[in-house]
Amino acid sequence: MIPFDFNYYRPATIEEAVALYMRLDQKGKWPLYWSGGTEIATFARLNQIYTEAVIDLKGIPECRALAVEEQEMTLGSALTLSEIHDSEIFPLLGATGSGIADRTSRNKITLGGNVCSELIYKEAILPLLLADSDVIVAGVSGARRLPIAQLFQRSMQLAKGEFLVQFKVNTSYRLRPYTSVKKRKQSAIGYPIITVATLTTESGSRFAFSGLCDFPFRSEEIEKILNQHELPVGERIRQAEDRLPAPIRSDMLASANYRRLVWQVTLEDLLANMEA
Amino acid sequence: MKLRLNVNGEIRSADVRPAELLLDVLRENLGLTGVKPGCRHGDCGACTVTVDGLPMKSCLMLAVEAADKTVETIEGLQDSPVQRAFVEKFAFQCGYCTPGFIMNSHALAHLHPKADKATVREWLQSNICRCTSYEEIQEAVEAVLSSGQPTSRMMN
Amino acid sequence: MEIVGKSVPRKESLDKVTGAATYTADRIEPSILHARLAVSPYAHARIVSLDASAAQNAPGVLAVLTGDASEVLVGEEIRDRPILARDRVRYYGEPVAVVVAETEAQAQWAANLVQVQYEPLPVVNSPAEALHPDAPILHERLKEYEKSEDVVSVPGTNIASIVHVIKGDIERGLAECEKIVENTVSFGPSDHAAMETRSAVVQIMPDGRVFIDTSSQAPFAVKKYMARYFGLEPGRVIVRTLFVGGAYGGKSSVQLEPIVYLASRAVGGRKVKLVNTREQDITTSPVRIGLQAKVKLGSTHDGKIKAVQIVYHFDGGAYNDKSSAIALSAASDCTGPYSVENLHCECLTVYTNHVFPAAFRGFGHTEMTFAIERGIDALADELGMDPWELRMRNAIVPGDTTPTRNMLNSSNLGDLRTCLERMRELSGWEDWKVQQLNDHTVRAKGIACFWKNSSFASNAVSGVILLFNQDGSVNLETGVVELGTGSKTVLAQMVAERLRMSVDRVHVKFKVNTLDTPEHWETVASRSTFFAGRAALKAADDASKQLIAIAATVLRADPDDLELGDEKVFVRADPRVQIPYKDICYGYRYPNGNSIGGQIIGRGHFIQRWMSPLDPATGEGQLGPEWNVGAQAVEIEMDTRDYSYRIVKAISVNDAGKVLNPKGAFGQVMGAMAMGLSYASHEGFDYTDEGILLNTTLRTYSVLRYGENPEYIVEFIESPCLDAPFGARSLGEYGLISIPAALASAVSRAAGVRMNVLPLFPETIWRAKDGGSV
Repeated sequence: MIPFDFNYYRPATIEEAVALYMRLDQKGKWPLYWSGGTEIATFARLNQIYTEAVIDLKGIPECRALAVEEQEMTLGSALTLSEIHDSEIFPLLGATGSGIADRTSRNKITLGGNVCSELIYKEAILPLLLADSDVIVAGVSGARRLPIAQLFQRSMQLAKGEFLVQFKVNTSYRLRPYTSVKKRKQSAIGYPIITVATLTTESGSRFAFSGLCDFPFRSEEIEKILNQHELPVGERIRQAEDRLPAPIRSDMLASANYRRLVWQVTLEDLLANMEA
Repeated sequence: MKLRLNVNGEIRSADVRPAELLLDVLRENLGLTGVKPGCRHGDCGACTVTVDGLPMKSCLMLAVEAADKTVETIEGLQDSPVQRAFVEKFAFQCGYCTPGFIMNSHALAHLHPKADKATVREWLQSNICRCTSYEEIQEAVEAVLSSGQPTSRMMN
Repeated sequence: MEIVGKSVPRKESLDKVTGAATYTADRIEPSILHARLAVSPYAHARIVSLDASAAQNAPGVLAVLTGDASEVLVGEEIRDRPILARDRVRYYGEPVAVVVAETEAQAQWAANLVQVQYEPLPVVNSPAEALHPDAPILHERLKEYEKSEDVVSVPGTNIASIVHVIKGDIERGLAECEKIVENTVSFGPSDHAAMETRSAVVQIMPDGRVFIDTSSQAPFAVKKYMARYFGLEPGRVIVRTLFVGGAYGGKSSVQLEPIVYLASRAVGGRKVKLVNTREQDITTSPVRIGLQAKVKLGSTHDGKIKAVQIVYHFDGGAYNDKSSAIALSAASDCTGPYSVENLHCECLTVYTNHVFPAAFRGFGHTEMTFAIERGIDALADELGMDPWELRMRNAIVPGDTTPTRNMLNSSNLGDLRTCLERMRELSGWEDWKVQQLNDHTVRAKGIACFWKNSSFASNAVSGVILLFNQDGSVNLETGVVELGTGSKTVLAQMVAERLRMSVDRVHVKFKVNTLDTPEHWETVASRSTFFAGRAALKAADDASKQLIAIAATVLRADPDDLELGDEKVFVRADPRVQIPYKDICYGYRYPNGNSIGGQIIGRGHFIQRWMSPLDPATGEGQLGPEWNVGAQAVEIEMDTRDYSYRIVKAISVNDAGKVLNPKGAFGQVMGAMAMGLSYASHEGFDYTDEGILLNTTLRTYSVLRYGENPEYIVEFIESPCLDAPFGARSLGEYGLISIPAALASAVSRAAGVRMNVLPLFPETIWRAKDGGSV
C-alpha cells in the first residue's frame, strides 16, 4: 500500500518519455522513471520517497532490446534480471544478477533499475564494468553513447531527465571465463558482505567488487597487482588492499575487519581456482 | 482510474488509484484474499501470483502494470498436481505462505517441468515458510516435477 | 486403534491449498474503517509535545488518538503499559498515536503527519545495564502498579520480578564438588516472524457489546483482559478468531485489541481494522525474550553433578506483560533435565528499553536450556569427559525430584536415557571429535538435551462440544485455535476413535467465537492435545452414553450389552442386533411416527488436578502436570578461515508418549527444529547503542530459507503419560528447545572456542576466536 497518489505514464518512445519527464517536472510532480519499480514501490510505502508521477519505461522497445550481433550485444535497461539470466546472452551478467534479491523478485527487477539503485550494492554493474560496456543514455538533447566508466563513478552520473536505454557490450566478452561470488552475512537471500565478479581476457583477469566499500567499483590498479602471478597470493591481496578506492565498509552485515577477512578469503579462493 | 484485469480467466474491472499495488487490488477490489500480504516489501513471497505465467510478488507490482497481462491467483487453481502434492506431503501448517508457495511451484512446474534441485532451490528461496522445515515442501514440489503430470486445470 | 496413530491429513487441507482459508485480515467489507499507528523513533524519550492537527486534517481521517485517549494501564502480570504512550516512550516502535481513516492509505498518510517532539533519555540496552546502580529507572511507579499475586517486584530498581528456586544446600553442595565451572551466556530479543502479521478488527454495538476479530491464539484471554481493562461484562465481549497464520506464542499477548477498541470507540463504535505492517509487527508488537545468565556447575571428578547455582537475568523489555511469567516458567525447570540435589537459582525479570516479550515456543525453556547446556558442555570440557556421557550420567529419572520439588515417575517424566541412547546412534556420536576435511574445512557435532513442563494458570479450563448431524456424523467444537499445529485434526481423530466412526465423519469447526465456543484457555504451551483431548474424550464418552441409552430402548437391550462400532450401536454378543447412529442421534422415530430422544450433544471439559502457583521465595509449587524430554544433535561443516558454516544434519529424539498422527508429528518437530536452527544461526535484533532497532524487515531480519535446511532425522520413543489422551506427550514446542544449544555445541567444537552468545553469525565466532583482530 503506497500512502500517496501518483499518476502513471507509459510512453512508447524515448522522446515521449523525456518530454513527459520535463513537462511533469516543470509542473512540480517530482516525476520518477519506473523500470522494474520494485525499489520505488517499497521506498514509497515506507515514506522514504515521494512522487506524483511515474514514467514506466517498459513500453519503450529500445529499453527492452536483447540482441547478440557479431560485434556487440545489446541489453535493454528494462530487461529483468531473470530474462537476462535465462537468455544466457551474457553468462557473467546472468550469474551476478542471480545473486540479487530472489528469483521471483528478479522477474520484476530490471538491469537499469538495479544499476541506478539508491542502495550501495548495484551488483549488476560489476559485469558491465568488467566488460568495458558502453551505455546509451537518453535525455533532453537526445541519446548519447558513452563508456560505462565515464558514466558510472560510484553511482550513475545522470543529468535531470536522463535515463538509461541500453548497454552495449563487445561480443568477444560474452563467453570469456568468469566467476561471480557473493558472500552474505548468514542467509541464502540478502545483501552482500561482498560480491566479487571476475572476467578473464588475454591480457589477464579483471576484478570488480560490490559491498566492500560504499560503492561498487573496478580498479585497474588492483587488477594489475592481482595479475602479478610471480607474487604469492597473500602478498598480492595485501598490496591490493592498499589500493582500495575507499575505506572498507562497516555496517550491520559485517564490521570492516571481518569484511576484509571475507574479501581476503574470497580472493584467495578465486585466485587459486583461476591459476589452478 | 478504471482498470481492466484478466484474472483467473475472467475480465474484471476495478476503479483504483494508479498508485495501488496489484496485491491490494486483488484483495480489496476483487476479493481474492488467497493472495496474502506478508511483508509488502518483496521479501517473503506470500503474495506471489503469476503474471503471464511467471511468478510475481504482487506487492512489487502496480495493478496498472498488470493491465494487459494474464494474472492467475491461487483461486484460479483447482485440484492441480501441486495442490494435491502439498496436501499429500503435509507441506503446510498454518497455511499462510501456502498460496504463494503453490503459485511459485505451479509456475515452475509449467515452465521447467524437469527442473533440477538447484533450479527448484533458486525459485523457492523466494518464499518464506515459518512453520515447516521446508523438507515437506521440497518433497511436494519434487513429486510433481518427477511425475510429469499436467500441471494445470483452470477453473471455468 | 484404527484412527489414532494414522497420518490423517489436516482437516482444513483443501481450504489452505485453494486460498479459501480465511484469516483475520481477510475480512474485507466496504464499511470497515482503517487504523494505522504512529510509533516512537526513540527507545527512551520524554514526549515534549505532540501535534496531531495535520493528521487530523488529512483527507479521509475520522480520528487521531494519542496517549490522552485512555488512562487505562494494561499488562498481564504487571499493569504497567499505557495503551498509547503517555508522556514518555520506552521502546523503539512504541505506539504513540493511532489514526482512523476511510482507507488504509489515508490512515498511513495521516499517521506519517503526526508531529511529536521528543527529548531523548538515557537508554537501558540490556539486563546488565538495567541492573547497573546508575541505571535510569524505567518505571518509577512500579510499586503502585497492579500485579499478579505471584509477582514480587523491587520498586526503585528495574527489577520487575524476582523468583528464587532453592533445593538442598548449595553451599554444602559446592563444597563437596571436585570440579566447578562457571559459564555465562547472553543473547538479545528476536522475532516470531509469523508469516501473517497481527491484526484486529473491533466494532462496538449500540448496546455496548464489543465484537473483536483478532489473529489471536488466545481469544478467551482477549475476552478476559478486555473485560478487565475496560470494565466490561465478559459476556458482552465477543471475540472471534479464524485461521491464524503462524503464532509460535507471539499471538497470545493482548496488544492491538485495546488500541483498536479505543479507535472504534472514538468513531462511534464503527468497525475499525488494524493490520500490522511487517515493520511494526517486528518493532511494535511483542517478541522473543532475551537473557543474560550465569551458571555454576559443580561435580565430582567422574562427572556426577552435585550442585548448581544459577542467575538468570531475563530481558523483560519496556513493559512486563508476560515476561515475568516466562521467567518463572524457565526458573521452574532451571536445571534442565538433570538430577540436582543442591540448587540455588535466582531469576530476575528486568525492565529495559527493548520491545516487550511475548511467549515464544518453549516459553523461556529454549533460553534457559541454552544457559544450562552450554554449562554442561563447559563442565565436560573441564572434566575431559565425553559430553554425552556427562549428560547420560546426570539424566533425570523417575524417583528424582524437580527444582520445584515435585516427585517424578515414569508417567509425569519422559524417558531421557532412551532418547539419549537413540540420539547417540543416530548421530554417530562415537566419532564425536572434530573431523578435518581439508586444510580449512572441519566437520563437528554438537548435542544437547531438554525438558519442559508446560506452565499454565492452575485453573485453566478446556471444553469440547460434540453435536450430531441427522446423518450420524458429528460436529466438533472447541476453543482451540488452528494455528497450523493440526491440533483440531488430532482432536477429530480422538473423537472418531472413541465414537467408532470414520474421521471423515467428524466435522471440525475452525472458527472460534467466545460467544458460543467452549473455552479452551489459550492455544499455547502445547496443551491442545492434552487438555482439549481430555475434554474431547469426555465429550465422546458423554455422547456415547446417550447413544447407548436410546439404543437400549429401541433395541430392547440392557445398555451394558451394547457397544459402538462402525457408526452403529450393536449387541456385543449378537452384532446383527444393531442400529446406526443416524437413526438415533436426532431422536428415534418409531414406525407409527412416535418419537423419543433428541439431538445428541456430547459435552466434555477438563481441568488439571493439583496445580499450584510457585512460591516466589522457594520455588515450591506445581505449574504443570508433565515433564517431556528429548535429546538433539546438530552436525555442521565449517570453513575455519572465516567461520562460515553449513548445517549438515539435525537430529531430534523426542519422547512422544504416543504418536497420534505420525506425519503431523514429524512436521511439528521438524518445523520446530528449523525454527531453532534459524533462530540460533540467523536471527537476532540488531540494536544501536541508542536502542534503535536496525533490522526491521524480513530482508534484514533474515530467517532460514528453502534449501538452507539440513537433513532432518526425527525419531520418537513412546513412553506414555498416563494422564494424557492415549498417553500422548506434547510435541509442538519440543523440537526447538535444545537445538540452539546443540548448534552452539557443534560450532564451538568446530571453531575451538566456547560460543555462549546467539545468534551464531560467522563474524561473532570470529570475534570470539580471534578477538576481532587480524
